[in-house]
Amino acid sequence: MKKSSGRGKTLTRRAVILGGGQAALLAALAGRLYYLQVVQAPKFSMLADENRINIRLLVPPRGLIVDRFGVPLAVNRPTYQAVVIPEQAGNINQTLDAVADLVPLTDADRRRVLRDVRNHHSFVPIVLREDMDWNEMARIDVNAVDLPGVSIEQGLIRHYVFGDETSHVVGYVAPVSEQELNSDDPLVELPDFRVGKSGVEKQYDLELRGTAGTSEVEVNAFGRVVRELAHEDGIAGDQIVLGLDMDLQDIAMRRCAAQGSASAIVIDSWTGEVLALASAPGFDPSAFASGLSPAQWKALVDNPYNPLENKAIAGTYSPGSTFKPLVATAALEAGVITPDTEFFCPGEYHLGNTVFHCWKKGGHGTLSVRRAIKESCDVFFYHTADLVGIDRIAHMANRLGLGLKTDIDIPGEKTGLIPTRAWKLATTGVAWQRGETLSCGIGQSFVSVTPLQLATYVARLATGHTVKPVLVRDGGVMTASSPIANAMSPAFAPLGIQQKTLDVIHDAMYGVVNEVHGTAYGARIEDPTMIMGGKTGTAQVHHIAREIRDRGVVTGTKVPWKDRDHALFIAFAPVAAPRYVCSVVVEHGGATGGEGGAVAAPIAHDLLLEAQKRDPARRVPVVPFGAAKLAQG
Amino acid sequence: MRWLYDPSQAQQTLSVKLLNVNWPLVALVTTIACVGFAMLYSAGNGSWHPWAERQVIRYLVAALVMLVVAMVDIRVWLRAAYGFYAVTMILLIAVEVRGAIGMGAQRWIDLGVIQIQPSEFMKIALVMVLARYFNGMPAEEIRNPVKLIVPALLILVPAAMVLKQPDLGTAIMLVLGGAAMFFLAGVRLWKFAVVLAAASAVVPFAWHHLREYQKNRILTFLNPESDPLGAGYHSLQAKIAVGSGGVFGKGYLSGTQAHLSFLPERQTDFIFTILGEEFGLVGGLVLLALYAVVFVYGYAIAFRSRSHFGRLLAFGITTNLFLYVFINIAMVIGLLPVVGVPLPLVSYGGTSMLTVMFGFGLLMSVYVHRDVRIGRYGEAET
Repeated sequence: MKKSSGRGKTLTRRAVILGGGQAALLAALAGRLYYLQVVQAPKFSMLADENRINIRLLVPPRGLIVDRFGVPLAVNRPTYQAVVIPEQAGNINQTLDAVADLVPLTDADRRRVLRDVRNHHSFVPIVLREDMDWNEMARIDVNAVDLPGVSIEQGLIRHYVFGDETSHVVGYVAPVSEQELNSDDPLVELPDFRVGKSGVEKQYDLELRGTAGTSEVEVNAFGRVVRELAHEDGIAGDQIVLGLDMDLQDIAMRRCAAQGSASAIVIDSWTGEVLALASAPGFDPSAFASGLSPAQWKALVDNPYNPLENKAIAGTYSPGSTFKPLVATAALEAGVITPDTEFFCPGEYHLGNTVFHCWKKGGHGTLSVRRAIKESCDVFFYHTADLVGIDRIAHMANRLGLGLKTDIDIPGEKTGLIPTRAWKLATTGVAWQRGETLSCGIGQSFVSVTPLQLATYVARLATGHTVKPVLVRDGGVMTASSPIANAMSPAFAPLGIQQKTLDVIHDAMYGVVNEVHGTAYGARIEDPTMIMGGKTGTAQVHHIAREIRDRGVVTGTKVPWKDRDHALFIAFAPVAAPRYVCSVVVEHGGATGGEGGAVAAPIAHDLLLEAQKRDPARRVPVVPFGAAKLAQG
Repeated sequence: MRWLYDPSQAQQTLSVKLLNVNWPLVALVTTIACVGFAMLYSAGNGSWHPWAERQVIRYLVAALVMLVVAMVDIRVWLRAAYGFYAVTMILLIAVEVRGAIGMGAQRWIDLGVIQIQPSEFMKIALVMVLARYFNGMPAEEIRNPVKLIVPALLILVPAAMVLKQPDLGTAIMLVLGGAAMFFLAGVRLWKFAVVLAAASAVVPFAWHHLREYQKNRILTFLNPESDPLGAGYHSLQAKIAVGSGGVFGKGYLSGTQAHLSFLPERQTDFIFTILGEEFGLVGGLVLLALYAVVFVYGYAIAFRSRSHFGRLLAFGITTNLFLYVFINIAMVIGLLPVVGVPLPLVSYGGTSMLTVMFGFGLLMSVYVHRDVRIGRYGEAET
C-alpha cells in the first residue's frame, strides 16, 4: 500500500481537477441554455412559428361585369375538379380505372396523374380531371364510396355569358404571365389566380380583383397541413357596370359577323357611353381562362379575318369620303367658302400636270357644299381642300377627335394619323406637296383613323360638343326609376364651331341618306321621329389607277378580297336633335364587295333605329334582351 | 457460479450486498430514465408506441443487469477486464469485416432480440482495461513513456476502428475517455502536451480522411447559417426547438418543432430538443442538475473506495458518463459539431441503455465492495 500511496494522492488531486473541469463544462451548458432560451428566445420562437405556420391566400371571387341594364357579361362559373389523395386511394391505377368508367379520362390525363403521384408526397391532392360539368361531378360524387381518396373540389372559373359577342369589349382573363409577377399584390403568385389580359378585364383589373382572403394553417416539416389556425374570407372584386346595351351589341356583332371582317360602334353622344362596340369576328374569351390549346391558338392567329384584333379601336383605315364633312367644316369655319360657294365638276381636276379624278366619270356639274357632300363630289373637295390647306384641315380633325387617342377605357387603342406640313417634313424630310392636300381632302393619302375615332368625330360634329367615348357607366345599373340623361352632359364642353356651320353639315348629311341622289338613300330611316343623317365612305386599300377602274377591267367581286376597298359609314340620329351616333367599317366591302352606302349604311340603319327605339326617354326595356337570352340558355 | 460469486472470498453475504447497493443512486438513475420515457412518449406524438414502451422494457432488463453487475465482486471485474476488452475487440472486428462484405456503414451485430453496437461496449471495456492496467503499475513506472505505449494502443486501436465505421462521436469519446484515465493515473501533463501537439500536426491529414458528411458537419458547425437546408438543418432546427422553448417551455406534448417533424432523430441523439422545447430552460436545468448529482455520486463512490482499481474504475465510468452527457447536449444546443452521441438513459437505443446501465452496475459494484482491498493483480489484500 505504501508504494501506491503516491499514486493515490495523485489520483485524488487529479480527480478533483477533472471534477472541477466537468463542473465548469456543465456550467457552460447551463449558460448556453440560458443564452438560447432566454436571450435568443424571441428570435427562435419566431423561427419556430415560421416553420410551422403557413399563410395561404384564398383567391377572392372576381367582380362581375354587367351591361347597363345589369345583364351579366362576365361571371364566375363554379367549376368542379376531381382530386385524389394517393395515400388514401391505395392502388392508383385501380382508382384511375374506376374514375374512367364514370367520366372521360384521356391517356394524357392518366400519364399526368401517375407522374404527379410519383413526384409528390402521398398526402398531396393530385388533380384527376379539371373543369368538370355538373353531371360529371355528380357521377363521381354519387360513387364516392367506391372511390377512396377521391374527392371533388369546387372552384370558380371566369365565364363570358355572351362569348365572342363581347370578347373585344370585356376582354378575357388568363394565368399570370412572367412580367406580371413583379407586382405588390400577393395574389399574382397563386396558381388559381387569373389576371385581366385585354378589354375591360385588363383596364379595371385592380377593381375587379378584390382582396385576398387568408387561411393560416399549421404544417409539418413535409408541408402536410395539420390544422387550420385562422380563416379570413377575401373580399369579392367590385362589379363593373358598362354603358353597353347587350341587345344592341348582339345586333351589331351579328350584322358585322355576316360581313366577315367588320366593326361597328354606337355611342350615346349626350353621355359618351358606348352602347355597342362590335369587332367581328370575335373569339371565345372563356377559353383563355382555362388555357388555350396550341391548335386553338393557331386557328385564332391564322384566321385571315384576324379575330384577336379589336378593329373598332385598333384598326386604322383611310376615312375616304367620310372625311368630307370635316373638310367642309374646316373650310366654312375658316371662311374660305360659304354655303353658297359653287365649283364646277367636270369629272376631273388639274393641278399642274397631275389629273385628279372624281369618282363620277362625267362629273357633277356646278354644285355647292350641300350637294357636294350629299353626292360625295371629289372635285368640289379638291377645290375646297386646296383653299383651306392641310394644316387647317388637320387642326379641325384634331378638334373633332381624329388623329388623337380618344382615351376610351380599354387598352390597345391606336392613334391613326392626321398629317400636317410639319409632320411630313419631320418624318420624310420632304416638303408637303400641294397635291397631297387634295388627296387628303377626300380622306385618302396619309390620313388614317380608327372606327372609334370616326364615331367620336361624328358625335362631335352632330352635337358641337367635345364628346368622349367611355365604356364604364357612372351611374351604375339603369333601372326603370333611375334618372335619365335628357340633355348634353355638362362634362362635354362646346367645340366652338358656329351653329350655322354645323347646320349646313347636318343638312347635307341628311341629304346623303334621305334624298334620292344621296349615296345612302337606300338605308334611310322612314320613321319621321328617328330620321338618320350620315356620310358614306370608300377607303382604298390599293391604289388602283382610275383609268384602269374606269375601263372596267376589275371591279367589285372580281378583285381579290384582300385588295378590295373598305366600305365606311358614319351616321347620327335623330337629325332634329342628334343623340345617337354610329360608325361602321366593313373591311374590303364585306361579303358582296359593296360600297359604304350598300354594305355599311344598312348596318348603321339597323343600329340607330334600334338605339332610338330603346331610347330611355321612350322606355326602359322591362326584360332586357340579355336576361331573356340567359333564361333560355 | 464460482467465477461470478466466490463465497470464500466474500466478506458480505448476497443480502448484505443488496442492502449495500446505493439505492438513492438507483432512484436517481430511474428518475432520469423516466424523464427519457416521458420524452419518448412525446416524441411518439403522445404515444407509448413505438419508442417509449420498448424503452421501458429495455430499462427494466438493463436495471436487472445493473444489479447483477453490482453484486459481482470487484476483483472478478478486475480479472475479467482483459477478457471483456478482447471479446469487444473481436466483435468490433466482426462488425468491420461484415461491413466490408456488406454495404456501407455497419455498426450493429444483430442478435435477433437485440442489435448490439460493439463500439458502445468498448467505452466500458476501455475504462475497465485501463483501470486494471494502471492498477498494476507502480507510480515510478508511469513516468516511463515506454510503459504507456500499450495503454495508448489499447485506446487508439479501437478508436481508429470505430472512426472507420464511421462513427466520429464514439471515436472521440473513446479517445477522451482514455485520456481521462491517463490523466487520473498520473501521467505527466507535458506528455499530454506532446500528444496534443502531435495530434494537431496530424489534423490536416486526418481532415483529408474524413468522410464528406463529417467534413460538412464540422464546417456547418463553424458556420451553421451557411447551409440551413442541407448539413446545417439538424443543427439549426435543434437550436430553434430549444430556443423557442423559452424559460418554461411550450408545455408537454405541445412542442411544435418535435410534433411537426422538423427535428430529425428526435427520439435518439436529439431527444434533448424535446425537453428543451416542451419544458424550457427549467426542464433543461433540472435534467442537467440530475446528471450533476449522478456525477457527484460517482465521484463520492470513487473517493470512498479503498482500492486504486475501484477508484480508477469509478472515476473512469463517471467521466465517461459525463462525456456522453456533455457531448450530446453541447452538440444539440450548438456548442459542438453534430456527432452521433446519445444522451445516457434518455435517448432511445438498446445498446446505449445496456452500456450505461452496465457502467452504473460497475459503479455500484465499486460502492458495494468499497472496503475490499485489491492488490496489483486482483488479489485480496488484508
